Amino acid sequence: MKLRVLTALLFITLPVAAAANPAAVATAAETVTTSMPRFRWENFTTANGLPDNHVFAVLVDGDRVWAGTENGLALLEAGSWKVFTPKDGLAHRAVLSLAIDRSTGDLWVGTMGGLSHISAGRIDTYTQLNSGLSNDVVYGVGVQGDFVWTATAAGASRLNTRTGEWTLYNERNTPMAEIWTYAVSTGADKVYYAVWGSGVLEYTIATGRWKDYTDPDGENELVLFKDQGLIHKITTSVSYVDNTLWAATYFGDSHYDGRSWHNFLTKDSGLPSNFTNQVKGLDATRAWFCTDKGLAYYDGVNWAVYRPALDTGKPEMYIRDASGKITQVPVETAPAHNYMLGIDFQGDDVWVATGKGLSHGIRQK
Amino acid sequence: MRRELGIAFALGAAVVAMTLLSAVPPSRAGTPSGDDQYLSPSEMAFSPDGHLLYVVCERSDQLLVLNARKGVVLQRIRVGHIPRTVAVSPDGRQVFVTNSWDDTVSVIDATTIDAGTYVATRTIATGAEPYGVVVDRAGKTLYVANRISNDVSVIDIATGLERKRLMAGRGASYLAISADGTRVYCTHVYPRIGAQRSLPQSEVTVIDTARETVVERIPLEGVAGMFHVALSSDGRMGVVAQMRPKNLVPLAHVEHGWAFGHSLTVFGTDAGGTIEVPLDELEHYYSLQYGVAITPDKSRILVTASGSDVVTVIDTKRLLVFAHGRQKPFMNDLSASANYVMARIAVGKNPRGVAMTPDGKRLYVANRMDDTLSVIDTTSNKSVRTIDLGGSRHISALRRGEQLFTTSRYAFQGQFSCANCHIDSTFDGLTWDLEPDGFGKDIVDNRLIENLSGTEPFKWNGGNPSMAQECGPRTEMYFYRSQSYLPPEVADLVEYIYSLPSRPNRFRLPDGQLTAAQERGKAIFYRKANKFGKAIPEENQCAYCHSGPKHTSQKQFDVGTGKWTDRSPIFDTPQLVNIALTAPYLHDESARSLEEIWTVFNPHDQHGATNDLTKDELNDLIEYLRTL
Repeated sequence: MKLRVLTALLFITLPVAAAANPAAVATAAETVTTSMPRFRWENFTTANGLPDNHVFAVLVDGDRVWAGTENGLALLEAGSWKVFTPKDGLAHRAVLSLAIDRSTGDLWVGTMGGLSHISAGRIDTYTQLNSGLSNDVVYGVGVQGDFVWTATAAGASRLNTRTGEWTLYNERNTPMAEIWTYAVSTGADKVYYAVWGSGVLEYTIATGRWKDYTDPDGENELVLFKDQGLIHKITTSVSYVDNTLWAATYFGDSHYDGRSWHNFLTKDSGLPSNFTNQVKGLDATRAWFCTDKGLAYYDGVNWAVYRPALDTGKPEMYIRDASGKITQVPVETAPAHNYMLGIDFQGDDVWVATGKGLSHGIRQK
Repeated sequence: MRRELGIAFALGAAVVAMTLLSAVPPSRAGTPSGDDQYLSPSEMAFSPDGHLLYVVCERSDQLLVLNARKGVVLQRIRVGHIPRTVAVSPDGRQVFVTNSWDDTVSVIDATTIDAGTYVATRTIATGAEPYGVVVDRAGKTLYVANRISNDVSVIDIATGLERKRLMAGRGASYLAISADGTRVYCTHVYPRIGAQRSLPQSEVTVIDTARETVVERIPLEGVAGMFHVALSSDGRMGVVAQMRPKNLVPLAHVEHGWAFGHSLTVFGTDAGGTIEVPLDELEHYYSLQYGVAITPDKSRILVTASGSDVVTVIDTKRLLVFAHGRQKPFMNDLSASANYVMARIAVGKNPRGVAMTPDGKRLYVANRMDDTLSVIDTTSNKSVRTIDLGGSRHISALRRGEQLFTTSRYAFQGQFSCANCHIDSTFDGLTWDLEPDGFGKDIVDNRLIENLSGTEPFKWNGGNPSMAQECGPRTEMYFYRSQSYLPPEVADLVEYIYSLPSRPNRFRLPDGQLTAAQERGKAIFYRKANKFGKAIPEENQCAYCHSGPKHTSQKQFDVGTGKWTDRSPIFDTPQLVNIALTAPYLHDESARSLEEIWTVFNPHDQHGATNDLTKDELNDLIEYLRTL
């Protein structure tokens, strides 16, 4: 309530650019501000139970939260942390990616040393030596029905959990010019891969065919054709939701609805940085972006950014509306760090993996 | 002849999946050949009112329906191939039988009893080699334990559609549902594939029926070969029948009572965790605990020793008092059982599954090797009746051989039988230090014994030229150390073992064709030049050593896998039939998976020229091997 009053005062007192009717604009701005989610951030570090502050991945499973760190897999359950390491059977201490099979409740864990399967406390590990996994560095993992897809440093692998068959996808059987696959996102009909240096690969389940999406201008440093295709081929993350693809690169982000591309750059969107580690779509219009300069939320029109301020380190939230106007929202807490690596959702709350801890954004009404 | 049998089986399996007849089946391929008049009753279940007893007969592919009180067979219903277990819906209207070689469940309409004709109304597809089956309390969901796919199928009964598979232990086999219906418990017969020469690890898999997810895996360290699990009516106690193999020490210690322990694991609130309870005695063993039941008042636990033809009765209260009084685990204390075993009741040959009447007054025991049921009065602890199910009274050589295979009476102090290591005539997933060649020498993997004709010689070093030598003098000298088989008995045993066919291969396409990956792998298997066009020496070609219909040249080679523990690096070429089922691999199980044979243990291309292969090409080769 206090925040709301403060926000209203802020909007009334701030100068409003290009407003013919100041009162009407203030009302619209207030609507934007209040509609964008605000959070109270609680941060977890080694000081309060996390095994390492480098958190590469986070996954919410009901009341439980899994965090993949550089030094083990951590599970927050009933307020306390439990840590899994190679001593428990985990493939490697550095956990890069997480996926849950919603049907069985089993967790799949991509690490720097293989793929682990955790089921009711039991850990089974697949490596490039003991299984058909293409490579031990598993950057991404996703579950699609009975199949587990992995993005590895040597192409994509698919495990049929019913038969045990591994199928590998690489430069020999896909349009994958590079085999450094960085992330995977699965849907009922398609599987998408972010291939570092080779754009986005789309696998259609019904046909078993692959299609690639690359940067149409082929320029590494320039964007000549902004909305005519993927923004850049150095892709880091994909998210497939509601028949819509969200793709992240180190040079901006993209949205593809199957017909049209729309790209996002800092210069013409609310992205705090073009260097994006992960994008996760909520639906066809809304998405979260984990960048090296903060966490961004896009509601289809407006943007909100959450981070410790880059200069002062103080908690910061700002909103960029459709007109490009930026409004600071006073906040008292911020995520643990502005280097964002992953995000997941727990109802209205968000959990964010950062370079210096795991952050829980508790939604404020 | 063997190949013809295999083809006949494949055809037969397809027919069986669709055939829903109530007639007694004719002779069928896939079972040990020649004696289909035997029934081999193995598992039972009562109708909810206790009036009817359903008996699964493995050998005859039948479900018998008995009037339990009269002991009269009312119906003989044909089901699928090699049926294993049976479950009855809570309302008694449907009966479910798992058909282990068809990968189906037969659904039988029990409401046709008045008409006198039960009918298997349909079949439901399951995972690979279904064994245990239970129905949830609502009668809507079926849980099926799949032995080869190592999981539990969760099936919607109304639609027959499998909703999901839940990972269980290796060789998932038996299920029990708690009285309140909230939990399903699953055991498994093969230990988890762990580090080489490490203590076997098993688990009881606990499924939450509301969420249909695995919520707990109760670890059982040192246990391998778990069979039935039973739960008390108040849900406070569970009991698992199991083995504790002593495979990490030389089998030369048989005289010291150190080959197998036969025990129960008691778990739950009453146990205060898990307690492993030995059932053997100081100078006599009760081998292969199999079926288990708990009386409704929880006062007694009854368990079959399938290798000893005995039902052991345990006083639960005395057991728990004794167990809680011990400060340390006592699973190896052979004097312990005297404190809680009430009775040893002699029953028929090879007693397996049990079924208790709803009032708990009678325990029915399926005597698999003499086609009878024993009825035990649980108050007096006496066998009060034997029900003849109508199998052949003539005992053939093959039947005698199977009886010899399953009895432990030949081993010193009755410690074990062939079936201890070859569970259900397969393998056990363990390595053993068998011969008196020095402690820790020649550690060997236990191999599958299906379809062995034409794979001689035997032993990993190829030292036994015939099955008769393998089963006769070798067993007498190195295993049983008590009583030798007479020559006719060896002949019977050999006949039985040679009769064991290969189970259906689950990795081939239904039409027998190979997938694209399998075809590519086949080309690698039979190639004579590497990827760079260089000729591969004959002895480094896969198909040179692994030649012939069973993929063994029956010769011995050094493929570079010998270890310091081996007296010789030269090993017999193993057959590859159903190789996918028998991990770990190599003579000493040092390769945890097929992949490791080549990614870890073939640095110099001695075990086939493979080091030019890419990872996906190696995967293709393995996909082909899994079809053999």
